[in-house]
Amino acid sequence: MSNHSHLNEISIQAADFNLADEVFLLEKHNVIDGAIVTFTGRVRNHNNGNSVTTLTLEHYPGMTEKSLAKIIIQAKERWDIGRVKVIHRIGELSIGDQIVFVGVTSKHRQDAFAANEFIMDYLKVKAPFWKKEKVIDAGQASENWLAAKNSDTDKAELWS
Amino acid sequence: MIKIVFFAALREQLNCAKLSLAADDNTKTVNDIKQLLSDKNERWQQTFSNTSLLSAVNYDMVDGSHLVKSGDEVAFFPPVTGG
Repeated sequence: MSNHSHLNEISIQAADFNLADEVFLLEKHNVIDGAIVTFTGRVRNHNNGNSVTTLTLEHYPGMTEKSLAKIIIQAKERWDIGRVKVIHRIGELSIGDQIVFVGVTSKHRQDAFAANEFIMDYLKVKAPFWKKEKVIDAGQASENWLAAKNSDTDKAELWS
Repeated sequence: MIKIVFFAALREQLNCAKLSLAADDNTKTVNDIKQLLSDKNERWQQTFSNTSLLSAVNYDMVDGSHLVKSGDEVAFFPPVTGG
């Protein structure tokens, strides 16, 4: 059985994370789960045709953790999963930097695949993070808050 | 006292991260608070006319009819864009 507390499941941090370290922790003393599914999100070099230079992530301390904890509880109610880890970075990030990690273990792969996608889809529309990008458009530098995408809302609604 | 916080583009448009509202005897909903804030001036009115704004009370997403009591933390913010 997983004895991870919720506190260990969620990390909002400025620092980078290491995929191998996270997989090690998901596997450690865990011989009942045969599947581990991990997702890593990174900063792209383009958005809407403009060149992105840096991305700044703002969040709502307290609510972020609470909303992610709720999403993890929902995932555990829906699927037979073992351990979960969600990492989301905040602050200024550069192209290629890792932003988000979701790791899920389960006895069989279907549950881990589905729960991982569910957690990511819900994080996208329910967890209070906001991205501001610095872009260079025709030589002009500017800062823009990213607009939420309807496609993300539609994707999350498919789970309800 | 009711604590009100703003985030991201909304915080920048208002040039305000947080403020406090004295809690009086009248029961208030999130929509009532939004109306009070809109009444501050034209800029606040314009900013709060954005219908896509989300609201939370004590870290839970709520709709406009949610009742707010003294000691609550009310947040207003644009649709989220993490991940």
